[in-house]
Amino acid sequence: MTATTIDRPAVSGAVAGAATAARDTWALIGRTLRRSLRTPDTLIMGIALPVMIMAMFVYVFGGAIDTGMQYVDYVVPGIVLLCAGYGASTTAVGVATDMTGGLMNRFRSLPMRPAAVLTGHVVESMVRNVVSTVLVVGVALAAGFRPTAGLGGWLAVAGVVALYVLALTWVAVCIGVVASTPEAASGFSFVIMFVPYVSSAFVQPETMPRVLELVARYQPVTPVTDTVRAWLTGAGEAQPWVALAWCAGVFLVARVGAVVLFRRRAG
Amino acid sequence: MAAMIETRGLRKSVGPTRVLDGVDLAVPEGSVLALLGPNGAGKTTMVNVLATLLRPDGGQALVGGVDVVRQPERARTLFSLTGQYAALDELLTGRENLVLMARLAHLPRAAVGPRAAELLDAFDLTDAADRLVRTYSGGMRRRLDLAVSLLTRPRVIFLDEPTTGLDPRSRADLWEVIRGVVREGTTVLLTTQYLEEADALADRIAVLDRGSVVAEGTAAELKRRVGSAHLELELVDGRVERLATDGSVGDARRLLALVEAEDRPVAHWRLATPTLDDVFLTLTGAHVPGAEPGAARASDDPGRRASAPLQEVAR
Ligand SMILES: Nc1ncnc2c1ncn2[C@@H]1O[C@H](COP(=O)(O)OP(=O)(O)OP(=O)(O)O)[C@@H](O)[C@H]1O
Ligand SMILES: [Mg+2]
Repeated sequence: MTATTIDRPAVSGAVAGAATAARDTWALIGRTLRRSLRTPDTLIMGIALPVMIMAMFVYVFGGAIDTGMQYVDYVVPGIVLLCAGYGASTTAVGVATDMTGGLMNRFRSLPMRPAAVLTGHVVESMVRNVVSTVLVVGVALAAGFRPTAGLGGWLAVAGVVALYVLALTWVAVCIGVVASTPEAASGFSFVIMFVPYVSSAFVQPETMPRVLELVARYQPVTPVTDTVRAWLTGAGEAQPWVALAWCAGVFLVARVGAVVLFRRRAG
Repeated sequence: MAAMIETRGLRKSVGPTRVLDGVDLAVPEGSVLALLGPNGAGKTTMVNVLATLLRPDGGQALVGGVDVVRQPERARTLFSLTGQYAALDELLTGRENLVLMARLAHLPRAAVGPRAAELLDAFDLTDAADRLVRTYSGGMRRRLDLAVSLLTRPRVIFLDEPTTGLDPRSRADLWEVIRGVVREGTTVLLTTQYLEEADALADRIAVLDRGSVVAEGTAAELKRRVGSAHLELELVDGRVERLATDGSVGDARRLLALVEAEDRPVAHWRLATPTLDDVFLTLTGAHVPGAEPGAARASDDPGRRASAPLQEVAR
């Protein structure tokens, strides 16, 4: 210890414990939510893009696609997941911005756990996706979507979609942590936008060429879409365990990966 | 007196480059050390090691007696860092930045708001407090960045090039703020490329060049190492008379005697004292073509004028 000659009043820092760690995270969640409100374009894009794609599929291509049911009822579950995926992926840009700016050095020189910054981004993504998903479902209802699910069905769907968003958000966090620039990280959202096209989201996999059909059948978007569709409209077959296994698996790997990658980059 | 900041044989390499090559420093409590060095000297690396952002390859670094490698968490409660690049959230207001950082620094909840307001006031940011930092000028950002560092009244502050990119007026304002912090007893380690800044703020100066401290001392001690002051007189035809001086009137008279017989007007008079520029150039081996310690460079850089009007200095 060194002697100090000056009176240091009540305001002096304390080393983080478990309770303070929770408070740090809470403060950082407040930060990302504020930032989110001040960049409404992220939310607007997150709603406008799925709505435009929905309009195109329902009104332009829909008439030509035979799914054995009203096309709008077939496609909306896929659109909801596309919306959620896109919304989650934009987190990559937010994380990359924090990683490359001077702010991270400040966080790292404070007596806090810097990885709490990531949790802030994830919670912001969840909240933003609730808003955008609800709005997109609202638009879908206006466009003629007629789900048959009861309250229980809706809650189950909300749970699956939330887990899907959570898993993808952590993947986005990994991308954001390793990306050299925010621009590089933004490429991720484009990749994520394309994944649902090769799934059961827009057309039935049986109608695809053999190779694509296999890809579509065994990639995570298909069981998640099928489950959401079956629970909302009663059409097709729900695969809740496959969907949950995929989401939980991706979540776990990405969650652990994010922390490891973060330590390596920003210790 | 106990050293508040101390390094012993600090080494850090990045790839094959030795960025820090055995740095020994000791900064007594309540004093200001300026780490002076050209681009790439290792100043930021030095600060980042002390601020627990980088692990050194060897040697020891202590802040307030705490080893920053072994007990980084404890060290972080003793110092704060204002980095070379502003560490602010552009999408938050000035006040929100302060409040966020105060909470992350674990200030008691009730103290957060008042402390933020107090600092906004002290740094002349009250009017801009509720505007997004995105709309702040460079000087305002710098001030806010420093205010954030002072939230917890840290015992040690690291300032990495605090005034780079500021206009002379903002720089003078920031110097005043730093002096205020020092008056409260805080120990400061600042890096700078500006010799006048080191001269104005620091008790001691360490000249860092390619990862080593090549000289250390007070500004006066360092200046003494590069020779004495000169009186200089230039006639309109370009004839120059120079005379080493201790600043006495007798020396001025002797110089005048040398040109007594001339009837041409005098173009320049000046007292050329060695500046930190000269110290710097001498010690770091940098060369300015045609420059000779003291006088010659004075006229080509009015910002760091080496000469003072004769009458002012000769009393
Ligand atoms: N991550 C890195 N990768 C490669 N080289 C590095 C890295 N960090 C520092 N260096 C090198 O270390 C040296 C010292 O860098 P440092 O940033 O400490 O200098 P500085 O004195 O702060 O310079 P400036 O005045 O430009 O800020 C430079 O030569 C730089 O190229
Ligand atoms: Mg630097």
